[in-house]
Amino acid sequence: MSRRRNPLGVVILAVIGLFFFTIPLIGLLARAPWSDLPDLLSSEIVLDALRLSLISSLGATALSALLGIPLGLMLARAEFPGRSVLRGLVLLPLVLPPVVAGTALLFALGRRGVIGEPINEVTGLVLPFSIWGVIIAAALVAMPFLVISVESAVRNLDPRFEGAAATLGAGKWRTLRAVTLPMIGPSLAAGLLLTWARAFGEFGATITFAGNLQGRTQTLPLAVFVALEQDRDTAIAISLVMVAISLSVLILLRDRWWRAR
Amino acid sequence: MRNDRTIRPKSWLTFLMVAVVVIAACGGRQADRSLILVSAAASLTDAFAEIEEEFEAANPGVDVQLNIGGSSQLQHQILEGAPVDVFASANPTVMQTVVDVGLALDPILFAGSRLQIGVPNGNPARIGGIGDFANGDLLLGLCAETVPCGSLAREILAAVGVEAAIDTSEPDVRSLLTKLEEGELDAGIVYSTDIIASRDVTGIAIPEAIDLIAEYPIAAISDAPNPTGARDFVAFVLSEKGQQIITAHGFTAP
Repeated sequence: MSRRRNPLGVVILAVIGLFFFTIPLIGLLARAPWSDLPDLLSSEIVLDALRLSLISSLGATALSALLGIPLGLMLARAEFPGRSVLRGLVLLPLVLPPVVAGTALLFALGRRGVIGEPINEVTGLVLPFSIWGVIIAAALVAMPFLVISVESAVRNLDPRFEGAAATLGAGKWRTLRAVTLPMIGPSLAAGLLLTWARAFGEFGATITFAGNLQGRTQTLPLAVFVALEQDRDTAIAISLVMVAISLSVLILLRDRWWRAR
Repeated sequence: MRNDRTIRPKSWLTFLMVAVVVIAACGGRQADRSLILVSAAASLTDAFAEIEEEFEAANPGVDVQLNIGGSSQLQHQILEGAPVDVFASANPTVMQTVVDVGLALDPILFAGSRLQIGVPNGNPARIGGIGDFANGDLLLGLCAETVPCGSLAREILAAVGVEAAIDTSEPDVRSLLTKLEEGELDAGIVYSTDIIASRDVTGIAIPEAIDLIAEYPIAAISDAPNPTGARDFVAFVLSEKGQQIITAHGFTAP
């Protein structure tokens, strides 16, 4: 076999690393109120939060796809001054504490915000305290994952395929749809998956920008946070739901997309 | 051919990293006379910052560290074994749960605070009183029910028979205040002390709720890593100097 073995040091550190990732999960499972789980999970608070979490995380992923894929393509291809500054801007939400991102959103898109005030005056729309606010906050912190995935995939693409498509008479849109996007398919899928996962778990930006109200803006992470203060069993139950949903999505979809390669 | 000599530096690195992880894991907090860790409710932020300064000035070499958060959040940290020396809660009930498991000794009330309606300066939505909280067209906020300012506010609303049409339940009083300061909310129910501390929020008294006062108990944690420091800090808060600072920040004396 040509398979190389890892040095012992790497294996030891990897095992410690694995342990590091499982510690929180062990804590959660050890405290889980297994027998009360069905009751806890069928409460109105949990169902409302689950519904809002699914809607907002999918909404944020859709918004990210709409804006993030073009952004990734442009960062990979277009030559213009200040591109690295632009890239830095796009990646900023990855390092910024989400609470800061949420506060910044409030300054910009709030009812009295720089952009939010004119929007409010013209349309009467108030973004904070609404599902739109939740989606925007989640998209802001999650979209960078999609942008970097698309950018690096497009950079690594062999330009000859697109060249061939162009020679065969395909227009720019058609080349994009029929050649570029299918070829970066796996990276695109991985990027979308990460984006969804980040949006699904989003907490800080959401609670600062969109507030917290059951049935309107209270997603699962917010429900966990509030429940932790009072009713820890519910908090653990909701966390388990999040773990179950995210793990199954990440495991199932990942295997499916990667095996094809 | 494998050459062991070139591998050795890497094994060193590995060993070093493992050692760092192990040492870090064993580190934790040792008994340290110079450090006092104080968990204080979010509404005490400014008052306790000043108390910290004065206490450190009076006790050279002592470092007071403030752990600020929602009272119940702090309570959970203590119940889970956080190495806290002193707990100052915005709610006697929350303190009682810590006393009940034997983790706090003899809590003493050291301050009180009234709730007020907070509105952005200029009161753009023309809020007149607590009755406006039933108006669904306004953007209204409360603290979450799980923190004292939220449960007390709901008590007041229930007492005057107002069904509040709120738009957000903020996790603690500071985040509610921020949304009022930014003008994102038309009104919220916060502590009068928060309104004093804020330049951008104006208070409207709630005469209907004159009897409802948030009470603040303080206690040394019974297995405090620094029991002497904990006792000294509590004594300082209750001293004349400490109480002066407390009332200067808008709290009432207990």
